[in-house]
Amino acid sequence: MMYKNGKDLLDYCNKHNCKISDIVMENECKISQISKEELGKKLMDVYGIMTDACHKTLEKAIPSVSGLTGGDAKRLTEYINSGDSLCGKELLTAVSYAMSCFEVNTSMGRIVAAPTAGSCGIVPAVVISIANRFQLSEEEIVRALATAGGIGQIISQNATVSGAEGGCQAECGEASSMAAAAAVEIRGGSPQQALDAAAICLKNVMGLVCDPVAGLVEIPCEKRNAIGVANAYLSSDLALASVRSNIPFDETVEAMYRVGRQLPMELRETAMGGIATCPSALCMRKKVIK
Amino acid sequence: MMQNSIFNVLGPVMIGPSSSHTAGAQRLGRAGYMVANGDIKDVRFRLHGSFAKTCQGHGTDKALVGGILGMQPWDSNIKFSHKIAQEKGVTFSFEEADLGDVHPNTVAMDITKSDGTKLFIMGSSIGGGSIKIININGLSCDITGDYPAVIVNHLDKLGMVSTITKILAEHSINIVSLKNNRSGKGEVASTIIETDDKIPEICIKQIVGIKDVLNCQTMERL
Repeated sequence: MMYKNGKDLLDYCNKHNCKISDIVMENECKISQISKEELGKKLMDVYGIMTDACHKTLEKAIPSVSGLTGGDAKRLTEYINSGDSLCGKELLTAVSYAMSCFEVNTSMGRIVAAPTAGSCGIVPAVVISIANRFQLSEEEIVRALATAGGIGQIISQNATVSGAEGGCQAECGEASSMAAAAAVEIRGGSPQQALDAAAICLKNVMGLVCDPVAGLVEIPCEKRNAIGVANAYLSSDLALASVRSNIPFDETVEAMYRVGRQLPMELRETAMGGIATCPSALCMRKKVIK
Repeated sequence: MMQNSIFNVLGPVMIGPSSSHTAGAQRLGRAGYMVANGDIKDVRFRLHGSFAKTCQGHGTDKALVGGILGMQPWDSNIKFSHKIAQEKGVTFSFEEADLGDVHPNTVAMDITKSDGTKLFIMGSSIGGGSIKIININGLSCDITGDYPAVIVNHLDKLGMVSTITKILAEHSINIVSLKNNRSGKGEVASTIIETDDKIPEICIKQIVGIKDVLNCQTMERL
């Protein structure tokens, strides 16, 4: 690996006056022994699947396999089209993409685990919404995904990407960080700003628990993907506004990992705590668990 | 997939909802398909722990059947696997079981081939879509499915492993991991080898031709 943490990425980018996507792509070509063109094609294939999932349930509701959820992406789309919202069309459109992607997941459709199925809506929603809005070229999309991938690699290797180990902060937090770094780079931010955005994302959800109702990847997961998009958008804008992260990215990743280990197991994907043990949740659980 | 590839965090491409209870389950089912060389008449799935409890909500039951029908993890037909199995005349059943001291997401598969041969495979879904096959036909093993693998069943004889690995080396097949298990000295043994590249047919033929080799099963990357 050409980098093992954010500091390595920054050092390389400063030395070679390049972007995060440059080093990530160079590294990937080396370790996977593929050409830059092949890498670009693989990433665009992934992008294609993400795009399909982000649009699939915007107009047609598909229920989840359990029957517990479905139809929220469509509801949100209708609300956006009514023209009256607090968040504004751009952010809410991105959120609707995340929710559609998530609903494809819960209805046994095809998604890209980025980094996990439980957080699968966030990276696609942010990259696709920005790609559409600013009419990105294929090369820019490939770079965006590469940057997201690089941040994801660093967090998974230095911390964890699993809700069972680190809570939702590990899954959705990591996804938001990946998306935010990509967004910053696309919008012309520096590698330092990209890492700041990623760090802010993690800090914003530090301690976020994994408390899935009935143990399924549905509630509150879909809404955590929604807030994950908002987190990425917000953190990116802050970083692009030159708002620094007071705690550097690498230290934030380590803190997230430490906090994850301090979370009791009831709050780490066991459905034994948080909202998973609320009366309404227990009712739902009875319907879907043997 | 390389351990450090960005496609570990921008992937896998899978059928949801859960990397462990759906994608992992599907890969386990597909391991069963491989071990039976694609010839399956009936499967009795015995689910342990969390796998059993959330089986339907996570689509674990559909994913397992999709796997034993040979579907790939990204195949949208996984959702309809039960119906497809019925159309193909493949029967299956699910039951909850206590499989002992195993990972909470473990399944045991009792497979019957079209000629009545019985096979057994047990595996766990350990998170993020990763799996571990822990038992094949009564012998313990440790296969990740990230690499092609070959399972050589033979009698426990001096020099057997050396003979097998020599054939692989002659065909420039690099070994990732190797585990040897035997039921007793001089009795039936199993050598399970994961390799970087798929083992060519001619290589398998040579291995099967070794004296005291009983049979050989190959497993593609799952």
